[in-house]
Order: sequence, then structure tokens, then C-alpha cells
Amino acid sequence: MENHTQPLDFIQDKQGKKGIFAWIFSTDHKRIGILYLVSITTFFLVGGLLGGLMRLELIAPGETVMSPQTYNAFFTVHGIIMIFLVVIPGLGAVFGNFFLPIMIGARDVAFPKINLLSWWLYVTGAILALLSQFAGNGAPDTGWTFYAPYSTESGTNVVAAVFAAFVLGFSSILTGLNFIVTIHRMRAPGMSWFRMPLFPWSLYATAWIQVLATPIVGITLMMIVAERLFQIGFFDPSLGGDPILYQHLFWIYSHPAVYIMILPAMGVITEIIPTFSKKAIFGYKAIALSSIAIAAVGYFVWGHHMYTSGMSTTARWFFSFLTFIVAVPSAIKVFNWVATMYKGSIDVRTPFLYAASFIFLFMIGGLTGLVLGSLATDVHVHDTSFVVAHFHYIIFGGMGFAFFAAIHYWWPKMFGKMYDERRANVAWLITFVGFNVLYFPLFIIGVQGMPRRYFDYLPQFHMGHLISTIGAFILLTGIFLMIYNIMRTKKHGTPAGMNPWGGVTLEWTIPSPPPVENFEEIPTITKPPYTFE
Amino acid sequence: MEEHRDDVGARMGMWIFIFTELLLFGGLFLVYAIFRNQYSDNFHTAAHELNAFVGALNTVILLISSATVAMAITAVQKGNKSLALILVGITLSMALLFLINKYFEWGHKIHLGIYPGSELLIKLEHGELLFFGLYYFMTGLHVFHIFVGMVILSVIFFKIKSGKIHATDYVLLENGGLYWHLVDLIWIFLFPLLYLIT
Repeated sequence: MENHTQPLDFIQDKQGKKGIFAWIFSTDHKRIGILYLVSITTFFLVGGLLGGLMRLELIAPGETVMSPQTYNAFFTVHGIIMIFLVVIPGLGAVFGNFFLPIMIGARDVAFPKINLLSWWLYVTGAILALLSQFAGNGAPDTGWTFYAPYSTESGTNVVAAVFAAFVLGFSSILTGLNFIVTIHRMRAPGMSWFRMPLFPWSLYATAWIQVLATPIVGITLMMIVAERLFQIGFFDPSLGGDPILYQHLFWIYSHPAVYIMILPAMGVITEIIPTFSKKAIFGYKAIALSSIAIAAVGYFVWGHHMYTSGMSTTARWFFSFLTFIVAVPSAIKVFNWVATMYKGSIDVRTPFLYAASFIFLFMIGGLTGLVLGSLATDVHVHDTSFVVAHFHYIIFGGMGFAFFAAIHYWWPKMFGKMYDERRANVAWLITFVGFNVLYFPLFIIGVQGMPRRYFDYLPQFHMGHLISTIGAFILLTGIFLMIYNIMRTKKHGTPAGMNPWGGVTLEWTIPSPPPVENFEEIPTITKPPYTFE
Repeated sequence: MEEHRDDVGARMGMWIFIFTELLLFGGLFLVYAIFRNQYSDNFHTAAHELNAFVGALNTVILLISSATVAMAITAVQKGNKSLALILVGITLSMALLFLINKYFEWGHKIHLGIYPGSELLIKLEHGELLFFGLYYFMTGLHVFHIFVGMVILSVIFFKIKSGKIHATDYVLLENGGLYWHLVDLIWIFLFPLLYLIT
């Protein structure tokens, strides 16, 4: 009580609530961020386990550990969990919630209660998604895309899964809405738009996609429900409807959703690179505005998922052209990151290793994306494991590695404890090697003709699949080591101090863990971010 | 923690939410446009089945309700609590009237055997079947929004009554009003698309 110069941190100060209620009913953005961290990590492990079992099935030709129907259910559930429960909320919900208000000098988000509501909606959606796996007629087997006619004809539990995706979309919309208003209204005095750090910038662009694209998939999924329950006929050719229409509606959201996943990841990398290069970010405005450009152009490229579905040639070259255009702002970011490192005094610490490997993996994912974006080459590799490798390099190698980078960068701030860096670096190496061993062979067998979503394959693909499965288990080892290393900071962590990395954004000016109110006094901003003295 | 109040921010949040609602219906308008283009003759025939008088009546009802909720804001601004309560009350009864009309309209259609999945509908031309599918889907989703709007306005009614919404703090009423205008606006588009283009 005497020591009131040092306010309680947000973990000690339970705001008068007890036990678990201090978490699940808290409107503190930091506690909500941690709620998301726990839920998302849990689902990541479940999804990863399903992925591992699928790889095990593919270790040799023929049926090894599961039946074809189980395999169909596994890749569907793996997709639903990873996309809707892990990667889409991912960085925004965890680190956006925790650090957006702190980085712009605010005490909380604009609507703390709505923030808590979106977590509860997330949990509701998650429960529905789990129910769809176990209740009724078995887990859905349509693929996470719920394409008609699979989703309208399948006898499995599609309605519950689709409804889960709808509820999760609503949660995502509310998070986006909250962030937009927060960024518009709650920046600290003196923090003009171009004095805002770049992680908040990326969250701003992301939030607009969440708000403007998610409702389209919401209504489309409701159409699937209506199709199944009332024979409404929109996607049924025998009633005059059109299954291709479903694909259009679905990708109008689900392509921008890729940018919901990757933009915050780019934001995280943009924070980490200058901190460990001890140098102001190169091309601040170009990075900020390229986020907006990606969000805007990303709306008009959905057709590149459907080159082989039946579209006019005009539509196809138009979508292909825009797909190439959207690669430009992404490349701008990569060049700026590299230019930031140039002549910097680089300190190779764990977060930097993850950030650097992000750039490497994202480059491979991005450039193979152009192979898929070209009309002629796409016809050859469409729906092969080349596509699987491509989007895992973007989603896992990109968003996933950015998530690992973020957790290693900000964990000392969130909990005030530093992990064992040596073990963290070893875990990074195993994860990075495992990742490439797992996914790179899929490019090769994909070009050779291995289709995706097949539970069996011709003998000539055996070597590729075998290497890939070995990679999966190396990767899982690395991830478990990483999680173990982070978790043991609870008992064995050394105090991290206020600013372990020498960062210059606002979160490094407050104690670790931060107090409930974040700032004793709201700072006044007089300089651009990333000003290293 | 000191109470953080930001009326501009709260209104901004509502506007963003309205954008999402417009896009939600936007998906349906897109489907409507595509099928109307594909089956314009069938849509023409099917639209004759709808009762333009009931549709027009409901349009008038919603327009009145939008006016009264807007007037309620002025009443609260001027500190006239009882008038504000009456005006929100009128808005709520108009909403109820809309639902009653809708109930009889749908009831009549279902009585005639026109509903998704009915034997009669399956035998109709494809375009007509899709028209009625859209009719039920779009007006159904709109009715759901009327329900939500009624819940919001009822909460607002009691908050005005208990004095929580008053002349210096009425952003909740403004946001409720904005939402109600959205529900009205969507109907303004549904009405000509479904009832009038015959």
C-alpha cells in the first residue's frame, strides 16, 4: 500500500473478480488477448495433431491408419480449425488486442465490452465447430470451403460447421470494428497517422477487410443452410441454381481473408526488424500504404481460385492481372525489410531468427503464388499438392512464423519473464528445418501430378510423401520444444525488465507486465516511431 | 478506472456495423441480380403473385416508424421525456404492425402452397422457384432485423424511462435510430425489387 509509485500489474490486479472469472469476464484488452492466446494455441495443437495424423496416413500408398471417409473428415476439420479458429483471429486477436492500445498510447480499446463479447462469440463458434465433429451424422467431409454440391448433398454435419463459421465471422467483424474505432479515436496526443507504428497500421488495414468482407461469407453460409433445410435452390442446377455462384460468393470473402491472415503478420515483422537492426524502418510510408493497397486490391482477385471452374477468358485474364498487381505491395514490404537491415547493427536474437525465416518462407510462398496466378501454369498445378505447399508456405510459414516471432518478441513484455534463449534458438532451428522438409517436397510431387485431398497415391510419389511425413514430425518436435521453453518461464524465467530488446515503440516504455491502466500518464508523441537515438 | 465516454466513437462504431449489414444484404442483392438477369421472364411472372398493396402499406409503416424514431432524438435533446417515450412507443408499434402484415402475407402464400420445398414450387419454372426462394430469404432476413431492432428499441425505451438516456447523453438512442433507419432502408430496396418490377 505504501509503495503506490509502482501500480499493480494487470496479472496481479484482478479488478475485484475471483479465479477464472477474473479472466473470462474481464474487459481488460490485455486479459482478453491472453484468453485468445490460450484458446488459439489449444486449437492450433488440435489442428496440428490432425495434420500430423493425415501425414501419417500418407506415409505409404494405400490405407495405413485411417479410412478414406475419416481422411476426408480430417482434412475438413483441420481446415476449419486452422482457418477459422487459428489463423483468421490469430495475430489480431492475441497481439492486436494486447498491444494495439499500448502502441498507440491508449488505456484500452474503444469498446471493451464488445471486445469481451467477441471472445465469447469465438468460444461459442468453437463449441459449435467441435459439436459438428462429434454430434449427429459425423464430421463434415466437404473441405473447409464447403463447396456446393458437396455441402448441399453431404449427409454429414454440415449445418453445425457452417453455423460455427458464421458465428466466428461475427466475432471477427466485432474485433475489426473495435480496432478501427480505437485507431481513429484513441491515439495519444501528437500521434498523427504517420507517427503510428506499423503493426497498428497493418491492423487497421486488416480491420477494414474483416468488416467489409466477412458479411459476404456470412450470408453465403446462410444460403448453404437454407439450401440444405429448405431446398431454396440457389446452388442446385436441378432447381435452376448455379454451383459456380457459390464459389464466387465464397471467395469474395475468403480471398481477402488471406490478407486478414497475412497483413498483421507483416506488421509484426515490421516491428521486429528495426528493433534488432537498431535502425529506423526504411520506407515507413511505403510500408504503411502498401498495407492499405493490399487490402484494397485483395478484394478483386478472388477469381484466381476458379480458373478451372468455368469463367470467361476476359474474367480470367482480369483476375490474373490483378493477382500480379497485388504481389507488388507485398514485394515493397520485403524490399523495405531488407533495406532496413542494410548497414544496421543486427542483433541475432530469437525473434529476429523467426522474422528472418518469415521473409524467406514468405518469398517462396509468394513467388509460387504467382505460378498459380498465371492462367497457363495454374491449369497444370490446380488442385495438386503444389497448391497445398504454396498456401502452407504463406499461412504457416508466413502467419505461423510471424506468430512465433511475435510470441518470442513480446512474451517478456506480457509476463515480465525471459525464456531461455539458447533453447529457443534450437527450437527455432528444428521448426524451420522441419517446416521445409514437410512442405517443400509437396511442390515437387505437385508439379509431377499428385492431387490434393487424396488419401491414396501412385507409387512414384512415395519418396516425396515419405520425406514430407518425416518433416511433419521434425516440425512437431520443434513446436513442442518451443512451447515447453516458453511455458517453463513461469517457474524458471529470469526477470525481463522493461525493455529487453532495446525497442523504441511505446510498449517498451512501460513496466513488464504492464499495469492495468497501461500508462500512468498518457504520453505525448513528438517523434516518428522507430527513432533510435 | 475513469469512465471513458466518446459519442463520436460510438457513432462511428455503429456506422461501421451498418456497412457490414449492407454487405450482408449485398450478397443477396448480388444473387438477385444474377438470377434476374438469367430468368427475367420468370421473375416477371412470379412477381405478379406478390401483393403490391400490402408491400406499399408496409413501406408506409416503416417510413412513419423511421420518422418517429428520428423525432424521438429531438425530443430527448429538448428534454421532453414523455414525448420521447411516446415516439419510441409509436416506432415499436409500427414495427409490430409491419410484422403482423408480414405474417398474413406469408401465411397466405404458404396457404397457396408457395413456400421453399413445396410440391407446387418444385413444378414451377426454375426462375419462379428462385424468385420465391429469394423472396422468402430476403424478407425473412429483413424480418429478423426488425426483431433485433425491436429489442434494441425496447431497451432504449426503458433507458429513457429510467433516465439513463437524457438530454446530455443520448448516443444509444442515436445508434438505435441509425440501426432502425438501416432496417427501413433495406426494405426500401426490397420493396421495388420484389413487388414492383412486374
